Amino acid sequence: MHLIREFEVRCMQSYQEKKIGGFCHVYIGQEAVAVGCTAAMKHEDPIVTAYRDHGHALARGMTSRACMAEMYGKVGGCAKGKGGSMHMFDRPNNLYGGHGIVGAQTPLGAGLAFGTKYEDEVINGGKNRRVTLAFLGDGAVNQGAFYEAMNLAGLFDLPVIFIVENNGYSMGTAIHRGTSMSHDLCIKGRAHGLKEATMDGMDVLAVYHDMHELAEWCRANSRPAFVDMKCYRYKGHSMSDPRKYRTREEEERHESNDPIGKYEQSLLAHGVITDETIKSIMASCREEVRDAIQFSNESPEPPMSDLYTDVFVEPWGRFPGSSQPDFTGGATNVCSFRATNGKEGLV
Amino acid sequence: MTAVLSSGVMSNPVFREPETLGGPTREIEFRDAIREAMSEEMRRDKRVFLLGEEVAQYDGAYKVSKGMLAEFGERRIIDTPISESGFAGMAIGAAMIGLRPICEFMSWSFSLVAADPILNNAPKMLYMSGGQWGCPIVFRGNDGAGGQLGSTHSWCVEGLYSNVPGVKIVIPSCPADAKGLMKTAIRDDDPVFFLESERMLGNKGHVPEGEYLIPFGHAAVRRRGTDCTLCSWGRPVNFCLEAAEILAKEGISCEVIDLRTIRPLDMPTVIQSVRKTNCAVVVDQSWSFSSPGGELAALIHKHCFDDLDNFVYRVHSDDVPTPYSSKLEQEYLPNVRKICEAVRAATYRA
Ligand SMILES: Cc1ncc(C[n+]2csc(CCOP(=O)(O)OP(=O)(O)O)c2C)c(N)n1
Ligand SMILES: [Mg+2]
Repeated sequence: MHLIREFEVRCMQSYQEKKIGGFCHVYIGQEAVAVGCTAAMKHEDPIVTAYRDHGHALARGMTSRACMAEMYGKVGGCAKGKGGSMHMFDRPNNLYGGHGIVGAQTPLGAGLAFGTKYEDEVINGGKNRRVTLAFLGDGAVNQGAFYEAMNLAGLFDLPVIFIVENNGYSMGTAIHRGTSMSHDLCIKGRAHGLKEATMDGMDVLAVYHDMHELAEWCRANSRPAFVDMKCYRYKGHSMSDPRKYRTREEEERHESNDPIGKYEQSLLAHGVITDETIKSIMASCREEVRDAIQFSNESPEPPMSDLYTDVFVEPWGRFPGSSQPDFTGGATNVCSFRATNGKEGLV
Repeated sequence: MTAVLSSGVMSNPVFREPETLGGPTREIEFRDAIREAMSEEMRRDKRVFLLGEEVAQYDGAYKVSKGMLAEFGERRIIDTPISESGFAGMAIGAAMIGLRPICEFMSWSFSLVAADPILNNAPKMLYMSGGQWGCPIVFRGNDGAGGQLGSTHSWCVEGLYSNVPGVKIVIPSCPADAKGLMKTAIRDDDPVFFLESERMLGNKGHVPEGEYLIPFGHAAVRRRGTDCTLCSWGRPVNFCLEAAEILAKEGISCEVIDLRTIRPLDMPTVIQSVRKTNCAVVVDQSWSFSSPGGELAALIHKHCFDDLDNFVYRVHSDDVPTPYSSKLEQEYLPNVRKICEAVRAATYRA
């Protein structure tokens, strides 16, 4: 959590220094959600999320270097500078993307779960039982695609958990102004037969325990679930939001319930760690992020040839004819992607 | 629903070029010009209303609708949830029953989730109903690459949508045109897609104080020249003007035509120019394959076949998804360098 917070603070600075471009949405205040949820899952459980994705990437194990360099648009980034802040993909860590279009990731989440279930049932006989986490914002709840995804998940018994990171706002719109039945979000999952849970996203231990229990239920029963994860976004929606739609008092009330501070207090009270350990954790987080920024500054700009790579796996297909006229618009077939890992089962 | 029009303003001053209106002008931003057009039309016609994400209390994500909630109230300036498919469809229904919605997409990239209502309902209603129901509606928002917004947020939807019969597509390049064209769009009885650019919203320009409307399908000749006709619309028109300046120093004289609307498309102005210059370069920010630029080039070839000294060169975004990296993005977009190179090649000066 410290790492994410430190990372995001430096990310905001870098944005101000114009090292980072485009839209940039920081995760400050919501750290307990990504950390608690990923900790409750197995590493092979797929995760997909929206554009506020740095926290999920780091919690899943992406290095600060790869994450920061992506935002700097450098070759050292997780997508070689092609994706940017909103589109963090990390294949080794089973993070199937940050997705920029609100709600777009929710049917993908259903699809990831479909894939893992199919793998168990059709390909290798029910061993892995992976559960997918699909994160979305409270505003994304209002995208039609989400309802279709929930219906499919309910219908096909897909092991996917839709986690609504309910931070109370979608941009400047308070939840009750944009969402019907906002006092009881779970009703939306209930309508599609999803198991429901409300969790305190400002308490990392609670998130961990509740999520673990829920995920294991989904794993055992191959069923979907819906989580109303209550949390708060400390900063503006993106870097250009003056937050005129809410009061400073409201912000302070939530900040005083800070997930990091609370967790530290409880660890100290139980004698699990000392002030010294906290200090050294903070120092190492600062050092990691400082190093990530140095790395990102030094990492080279992508070469011009990168513009044309990764468009197709093979522009002419697997079985090209003998002549290959140059009609692909310049796309070259340099791409590391392979649809399978050569072994049985999915990638 | 005739009584809803406020009286006395029915004499529509229609001018092709705002300059010809005479009278005082002010320097205002692109976003102000769009707001003025919407506000004037809303004062004139109670059927007109604005809906979209963050348009009311937040004053618009890009401040285009700033102050409109205060003036028109929440019945007419309506914040919606992030439900493009739902609210675009709802607006189309409202248009069918007689209202005149202005439906804002924060970005046209987000209109893709509303593709069915905007492409399958709005433009086909009149035809499918045998002329019983039309769809007087304006969809508007930012189009094209912003600054480093990456692949999902940088769509030039004219590349997709101009393929569909039944829509009118307006892509202004300067504040004065934006105002006059927006007023025309709101009064138009057909669906109009009005494409703005986040990169231009802060651009300033002289806008007449008096009322004026710019008809669709009338290109503006932005610069006179004799050696090559540069045809474009929207933001790249400004790059064409910059390129023309550079090329003039090299002794190549460019005529720059701003099409302003690509459906309908003002071919006579283009043809007249190409017959004079015997050379044409089309600059279009959408991808080249099946693009409006490709269509325009085909039409020039057809109508000016005997006049052309070279085939029509085209400058587009590169045929790849939009990259995030600033360096790659700049090279990906049609830019001044690419336009200059195309003109030199087209005029055999390369
Ligand atoms: C389809 C679509 N419409 C609009 C947007 C612009 N947009 C980006 S984030 C956002 C608000 C989303 O709020 P929420 O889902 O609550 O997530 P949070 O930002 O709070 O994490 C909007 C309107 C978009 N990216 N995609
Ligand atoms: Mg939210």
